[in-house]
Amino acid sequence: MRPDPEGLLPATEPVTLIDSDGAPVTPARAAVPSETSPADVVGPETQALDAPAPHGCRQLPPTHDLVAALGAMIAARRFNDQAYALVRQGRLAVYPSSHGQEACQVAAAHVLSDGDWLFPTYRDTAAVVARGVDPGQALTLLSGEWHHGWDVAAHRVAPLTTPLATQLPHAVGVAHAARLRGEDTVVLALCGDGGTSEGDFHEALNFAAVLHAPVVFLVQNNTFAISVPLSRQTAAPSLAHKGAGYGIPGERVDGNDVAALLSVLGAAVGAARTGDGPQLVEAHTYRMQAHTNADDATRYRDDDEVAAWSRRDPIDRLRTFLTGRGDVDEARLSTFADDAERMAARLREELATDLRHDPSELFEYVYATPTPQLREQLAMLRDEAERDLGGVSR
Amino acid sequence: MNEKLTMAQALNRALRDAMAADESVYVFGEDVGRLGGVFRITDGLAAEFGEDRCFDTPLAEAGIVGVAVGMAMNGMRPVVEMQFDAFAYPAFEQITSHVAKMRNRTRGQVPLPMVIRVPYAGGIGGVEHHSDSSEAYFAHTPGLHVVTPSDPADAYGLLRAAIASDDPVVFLEPKKLYFGADEVDLDLPVAPVGRAVVRRPGTDATLIAYGPSVPVALDAAAAAAAEGRSLQVLDVRSLQPFDDETVCRAVRSTGRAVVVAEAPGFASVASEIAARVTERCWDALAAPVGRVTGLDIPYPPPKLEHLHLPDVDRVLDAVDDLRWEEGT
Ligand SMILES: Cc1ncc(C[n+]2csc(CCOP(=O)(O)OP(=O)(O)O)c2C)c(N)n1
Repeated sequence: MRPDPEGLLPATEPVTLIDSDGAPVTPARAAVPSETSPADVVGPETQALDAPAPHGCRQLPPTHDLVAALGAMIAARRFNDQAYALVRQGRLAVYPSSHGQEACQVAAAHVLSDGDWLFPTYRDTAAVVARGVDPGQALTLLSGEWHHGWDVAAHRVAPLTTPLATQLPHAVGVAHAARLRGEDTVVLALCGDGGTSEGDFHEALNFAAVLHAPVVFLVQNNTFAISVPLSRQTAAPSLAHKGAGYGIPGERVDGNDVAALLSVLGAAVGAARTGDGPQLVEAHTYRMQAHTNADDATRYRDDDEVAAWSRRDPIDRLRTFLTGRGDVDEARLSTFADDAERMAARLREELATDLRHDPSELFEYVYATPTPQLREQLAMLRDEAERDLGGVSR
Repeated sequence: MNEKLTMAQALNRALRDAMAADESVYVFGEDVGRLGGVFRITDGLAAEFGEDRCFDTPLAEAGIVGVAVGMAMNGMRPVVEMQFDAFAYPAFEQITSHVAKMRNRTRGQVPLPMVIRVPYAGGIGGVEHHSDSSEAYFAHTPGLHVVTPSDPADAYGLLRAAIASDDPVVFLEPKKLYFGADEVDLDLPVAPVGRAVVRRPGTDATLIAYGPSVPVALDAAAAAAAEGRSLQVLDVRSLQPFDDETVCRAVRSTGRAVVVAEAPGFASVASEIAARVTERCWDALAAPVGRVTGLDIPYPPPKLEHLHLPDVDRVLDAVDDLRWEEGT
């Protein structure tokens, strides 16, 4: 049965549940969410839901989920800023920061169950940490010590992927394999707005749709691909519209509103899990810092634009909302800050010293068993090291 | 007119001069417009020549090269930038199946005068996918010219020649040499691609290098001189077409040779060079041709790349192994 094309299209406006002033989008303003009350449901008469939402009503997530998200976002921000500082101190080779995108990072991790999978890009270390990976291990790639740091299968978090969009077909494969085995695993795959231009993005969506694979594609549209604005990247009405051509429902969400993200992504994960096939979500957010520490963003964007987005900060917004309702108090906030500070201190400590590498590492993992040629090359390196130790020049 | 330029500036100058000289030259790729490229090689071109002549594309390498093929089919000379070595791989199909073959399959009707610029190779502390030596993939593909400069003057001359060429050229720019400065004579006539050059005279053995390995070979030759050994350094410059004549003349003059290249040695350009020299100079060789290459491993992380890259000691070790005791 062919899907109804109208039902695949995103709403005209991104879903927002808490606005940038930290106020609930009407009439959720009146609703007092609690763990049990269905009064959290934002009715179809809300502004955000003028157009039909493919996954039904948008619900303000339960308070404890929002409080947990706030804590995780505060930690993610601290993690981002610590990592950035570690580049300046020469402890990381490079850091693509998700400062300003913490709502997406946290929501992507929090909507998943233990058995689900996350496929991150180079910019998604904060999501990896929010999923439970040790912060130091999350930064292994960027520290230059090795290409990857955590146990992939244990965490069900794929390695950070740098070649754009190439992780997306992998995500489809993982989801398809799980489906073939009859598991109810969902895979959430991240990419950026620029990444949607790569062929692999399109092949992944098409495969996912044809295979009916339980994948949620989350595009963090942070407005720039290095220096190239979205307007030079696509002529589509929105990135979420790209789903329709493949038979995948697309939705747009305010990427700085973690409540909306938890709601939309949660619904997408639920839909994928219950057999509705792949889902595409575009989150509207902003890359607050340069592409990486090596980039000079002043060459291609104005401070005004950055300042406008800083007024839409995802953390300020949720903090205002939750403190306004009395759901978090100063004590809770300082606990979050202290926890984040401890994490940062641990990170500094972990990254303070260079690891001691044995040259055999270079050869051990190229194949299941090192070839004779690799063993020869290891012997050459050992010989060099011995001569260095013995103070023999060459 | 002599000017002191970095290799990055020399490349920028070559693009600018080529665009000024020939209206059919178009420059495009990721971030090449307003930003001027992540290495600033296209800095100022969009401002000077307008956004039609130098423009940012959507982020898709296969698309960039494929569109360049079409523009070349329709009278233009596109010069496209792949942002980094490993990020050219999405364009591999376009490059090997179309760029390389169009002239041949159309019996010469449809040449593709285009240049694919690729910042390549390591030594810059880049995390994975930012340091690949990808030359063998391209050099192995009949129909592509493949060149790589080792200093600013050559960067200028070779890029002008590549843009003027009626064959497609994969232009490999050693990233670690981008910001080294040297005198460039901008008025020298543009020599066609395909010629090797002797960078340092020497009588005892020949070091054959290209791109990022040329400075390593020159340093090794300087160190060897201090030890009383005279090493000649040959810069291949053009991997395809390959200058057998100059290479063989050089090797015959010394009777010994070591090839120095950063790429993994297995099935590499270094292997091809060693094989050609062996076949052609057999009677003049006092020892088998040596090779100093990268290890046969995926490019290692920044903290370990020094173990992978050819260095002066490894080159001198290889020279030591050239059977001096029985020698001529
Ligand atoms: C195949 C490929 N081409 C080019 C690059 C170089 N590159 C790294 S990040 C980037 C921009 C990506 O933009 P976007 O997808 O919007 O993600 P963001 O960095 O904004 O999170 C580019 C061009 C790459 N990593 N992979």
